[in-house]
Amino acid sequence: MRDIFSLGLLLSTIRVATPLILAALGGMFSERSGVINIALEGKMLAGAFTAAAVTYAADEKLHMGNASPWIGLLAAILAGLFIAAIYAIVCIRFKADQVVSGAAINILMFGLPGLLSGAFFLSSGSTPQIPKAHLIPWTPIVIAFGAVLLSWYVMYRTPFGLRLRSVGEKPEAADAAGVSVNQIRYSGVLIAGVLAGIGGAYLSIGQSSLYSRNMTAGRGFIALAALIFGKWKPVQTMLACLLFGFTEAVSYVLPGLVKLPSGNDIPVQFIQMVPYVLTIVVLAGFIGSSQPPKALGIPYQKEK
Amino acid sequence: MKTLFKELLFPLIAVLAAFVVGGILILLVGDNPIVAYRLLLGSALSWPDGIGQTLFNATPLIFTGLAVLVGFRCGLFNIGAEGQLYVAAFATAWVGITFANLPAVFLVPMCCLAAVLAGAVWAGIPGVLKARFGSHEVINTIMLNFIGIALVSYLTQYHYKAPGDPILQSVPIGWGAHIARLGKFIPGLPERIPLNLAFLLALFCCFLVYVFLWRTKWGYEIRSTGSNPAAAEYGGISIKKQIILAMAVSGALAGMVGINEVMGYRYRYYDGFSDNYGFTGIAVALLGRNHPVGVILAALLFAVLQHGGIYVDGFSEHVTKDIVQVLQGIIILFVAAESFFKYMSGKLRIKNPGKV
Repeated sequence: MRDIFSLGLLLSTIRVATPLILAALGGMFSERSGVINIALEGKMLAGAFTAAAVTYAADEKLHMGNASPWIGLLAAILAGLFIAAIYAIVCIRFKADQVVSGAAINILMFGLPGLLSGAFFLSSGSTPQIPKAHLIPWTPIVIAFGAVLLSWYVMYRTPFGLRLRSVGEKPEAADAAGVSVNQIRYSGVLIAGVLAGIGGAYLSIGQSSLYSRNMTAGRGFIALAALIFGKWKPVQTMLACLLFGFTEAVSYVLPGLVKLPSGNDIPVQFIQMVPYVLTIVVLAGFIGSSQPPKALGIPYQKEK
Repeated sequence: MKTLFKELLFPLIAVLAAFVVGGILILLVGDNPIVAYRLLLGSALSWPDGIGQTLFNATPLIFTGLAVLVGFRCGLFNIGAEGQLYVAAFATAWVGITFANLPAVFLVPMCCLAAVLAGAVWAGIPGVLKARFGSHEVINTIMLNFIGIALVSYLTQYHYKAPGDPILQSVPIGWGAHIARLGKFIPGLPERIPLNLAFLLALFCCFLVYVFLWRTKWGYEIRSTGSNPAAAEYGGISIKKQIILAMAVSGALAGMVGINEVMGYRYRYYDGFSDNYGFTGIAVALLGRNHPVGVILAALLFAVLQHGGIYVDGFSEHVTKDIVQVLQGIIILFVAAESFFKYMSGKLRIKNPGKV
């Protein structure tokens, strides 16, 4: 057992949890303002692809050297913002169903990176390799944990946070108090785009050195699960991400270390299921109750 | 006739708008949209390969489209058709493997029943969770997608794979569980094209869903729950029962994808077989205006695109088959933001006040 709980596992947990924390915090800003965000997956894909493509281009074509991953990161943030802006306009301005449009964004982003990658790099499977010296393996981790503190502060200690929470719980009351419901919701969704974009960028130019097809592999949904498991609160959400990160990290080292009484490996699939099962259990109220913001998913119609 | 035209008009506009946006993207990546679209749409019309393959592709989409439709009509969003169809396909194969020696008279109905029941149970879980604990079906169906896919992948890998097989697939099902390919009955359609009896089943299900929703008491209660739950409850309808019933029916429909896949096509369970059928089902139901006839038309459109995607991949310089998913995403966005078009048409009217 001692072989499992090592420093390596801790680091691996943090690395796996980082993109989850970024995306989940983003989702928190969106959902606490009342806009469901099942499009986190799509936003992460946008960030991951853009970061890899732009970093590669800046490095190879423009010879930007050490600056290239930073340009890539910035581009990923812009890509996340762009996707979030489309989502926000469709959901807030045109009052489209949020779950439907979120699903649409995800489907769109399953395809778009492949289309662009196929056109620009003549391979729809992955973008070209970026040299190891031009990756940013640590910065996004720092950003992620910094974002937890900052999110807590913004959410509970600033007027903006108060407005955001009130808009998600009782938009009519917030409106009556002079808060622009839609403006706050736009901010919430756009912040989600920025954070999910960074989360995606970490996957391609932090953990890896290229974008490969569907590289998020459901992390946007695990982030969503962590957000619910963390009851839409910043610190709890971070802890949930660390827990889910831990289960994934364990699934890498467990085979070979721990055997079932029958002498077989513990099937990886069962470890992979843990976050999803926990989410269903907590959502049903078996372990404490997880209550979503009251106005979640309802477009706001100002009274005339 | 006039209402039919009105119903068709908006989806058509949404599709056209999506093709315009897609066309701009194709231009941006350096190809000719007209050439790309000709490849995308034209290849599906050749006989027998194009048409046969397109109808085969449409089969799972009709099932998942109907599944999402039944959920929507009850005010539920079944985003879990993907997981339901995987679990169901595995259950179909499991029956086909376990009772491999039974004759077709018994085995075919048993396998079909397995598909329907497994889908219904997997979708019934979020239905019960919603009815009993009020937890949101969207989150639970997403979670159950991952759980279901991991579960059947485990079962295939550890218990039902032929020893030494490098591909993650089960052993073959018994002969008695095979259903006929349509090539057997239609002259000129070779049997290598996997279009099979499940396509006719899909069409029949469209009729059944129509009768169920609009001609039975249960359907009426489901639709009342969807359109106005408070009024339905006041009228004596148990909302909880409707939620569970609608989810189970929805899952049963999604599960029938397993009949097409396992009994009519691969004759075994093949891990990862679904080409996002469950998610495309959302697009199919929405574009089809949540009506069975609309579902058939929308499923055909997406099947045409899916088939054309292969040709785009092969014959155009820059555009890849990913354009299909991009178009799908844009179509749903446009359909979801219906008021966008009302807004646009309002703008146009102000610009040309004399004309309209």
